[in-house]
Amino acid sequence: MAKKESHLKGLWILGIIFILLILVPPFAPRFFTYILSLIFVTSLVAMSLNMVVGFGGMFQFHHGVFYGVGAYATALMLTKTSLPTWIGFIAGPIVATLTGLIIGGFCVRLTRLYFAMLQISLGSLLWAIVYRWYSFTGGDDGIHGIRMPSLLQSLNNSYYFILIILTLSLFLMHKILKSPFGKTLQAIRDNPQRCEAVGINVRRYQLLGIVIATFFAGVAGVLFVILERSVFADLLFWVLSLEIFIMCLLGGWFTFFGPVLGTAIIISLRTFVGKYTEYWTLILGIILILVIFFLPEGVMGYIQELVKPGMKDTGQEGKRIDASSRIGL
Amino acid sequence: MNFGIAEIICQFLVGISRSMILFIVCAGLSFILGVLRVPNIAHGSLYMIGAFATFSITKIVGGTYGFWVALALAPFLVVLVSLVTERLLFCHLYQREHLMLLLFTFSVSLILGDLVKIVWGAEYRSVPPPELLKGSISILGASFPKYNLFLIIIGPLVGIALWLFTTKTKIGKISRAAAVDREMVGVLGINVSWVFAFAFLIGCYLAGVGGALVAPTVSITLGMDHTLIIEAFLIVTIGGLGNMWGALVGSLIFGVTHSFGVLFWPQFAIVFPYMAVVIVLLLRPKGLLKSVW
Repeated sequence: MAKKESHLKGLWILGIIFILLILVPPFAPRFFTYILSLIFVTSLVAMSLNMVVGFGGMFQFHHGVFYGVGAYATALMLTKTSLPTWIGFIAGPIVATLTGLIIGGFCVRLTRLYFAMLQISLGSLLWAIVYRWYSFTGGDDGIHGIRMPSLLQSLNNSYYFILIILTLSLFLMHKILKSPFGKTLQAIRDNPQRCEAVGINVRRYQLLGIVIATFFAGVAGVLFVILERSVFADLLFWVLSLEIFIMCLLGGWFTFFGPVLGTAIIISLRTFVGKYTEYWTLILGIILILVIFFLPEGVMGYIQELVKPGMKDTGQEGKRIDASSRIGL
Repeated sequence: MNFGIAEIICQFLVGISRSMILFIVCAGLSFILGVLRVPNIAHGSLYMIGAFATFSITKIVGGTYGFWVALALAPFLVVLVSLVTERLLFCHLYQREHLMLLLFTFSVSLILGDLVKIVWGAEYRSVPPPELLKGSISILGASFPKYNLFLIIIGPLVGIALWLFTTKTKIGKISRAAAVDREMVGVLGINVSWVFAFAFLIGCYLAGVGGALVAPTVSITLGMDHTLIIEAFLIVTIGGLGNMWGALVGSLIFGVTHSFGVLFWPQFAIVFPYMAVVIVLLLRPKGLLKSVW
């Protein structure tokens, strides 16, 4: 009973947040709307990464590649062909998913750090190609001034479009993680050997997890193009991937909404601290170190423990410690 | 493609000399990975600090000996920075899971990056090569910079010194033992925390040396840590984690494929080393040489 009640309460909170977010554009300054949209887009990437990292236990160290590939696929479709816009929008997730299938297919043969390293090298290979192929991708200049359909011309409309897609994606991700598939993925994270023993094809599940995550990363890539109307090679550079990874860890990687919080914290810091001092990464570094020392479960994990202190005794904590000790390099 | 044999040899040697800098940095990274099991993202920042410090010391000392003084002193500045980081913060975290350590070293790299910006600013800097190594020599008619020749000589020297250190000295042997079985080393009554600190400092010293050596060959700038660290991680992985000779093999693969890329298809030169890494990892996922993990 208690579980159902808290579930309802959670839905209420989400509903209120959603309505508040709908009310933002008419009242808030333009810049604020823009930053919120950016947080939405980036948190979709972070959430999709967390499906693989937090719930799948795989070291997807170069997730930004799929985000970038999705963005580039859409941008190239919109600028190099005269196909309808929506085909460009669909192309992003499709190309990202295919890339995920190929890269993931190679990577799931390995585990842990070796998985991570193979992924970084494959991702860097893609980055290097995009970075240097001036005639096709624009190289390090990127592609600018991508034309959007009239419906998405204004920032406010883009904001609503991004918000709707984000909400839909989060809903889908939540369903996927609650499904038997999602549960299996978490079981594999906690104990791959045992899963293998009961007849689960571990690699196939992991690959499917990666493919789903890269699909959502591709969606985020399309949203990025809608928001920024430009793409650049840095989207595929490993620094961005690491930043997204950090967002998951900072927000709380064993929680569903943790990555959103992590993204919001990092982007707000960059924006608002960046206004006062150019040394915002110094402050970010200090905050991260404080989090490591005092909030090892991430910010969201800490909040959850505050809200539901009972969880500590019900074995939930044990499960989590188990998981984090298994996800060692 | 009509290159003379001389150009190909020269380009090959340039690749090897670049590999030597990578090797020195990666040997340090690999040593830390082997003993502490920590992927030290801040390693790139330490390398950058080494390069910037070389710039400053060369300028302050000036004259013929400026660079040599810098080469001797800059790595110790790096060691000082890493000593403070290690004893103040890092040593409290060794028990935590690896991802948190990764997050920690990343935070340190953010902080160090901004500190470099505060101290040296965002401009490009360059260090002239020392008087002795200016100009170039002729190999089969093609010119080859003397400084690169110096790098080709110093790389193996550093490698041999590190090898002697890890195999012949007591502390080196303890470090290697701690890499294989840290509990056992602790049981023998050795203070593992200090062994870790020492190994960390040795690794960081090598990052500083790499930074000092690279200074005359590139323009020193913020962001040089980012490009280096990812290459270093890949090199260490394809060589075999924690294996010093693996770092050498990996660096040679990376440096030489890059220099041949420059020769044959300059536009996509940076693609080739990554391609080589992918091929190696697909064939030998655990690296070419034996890993200590």
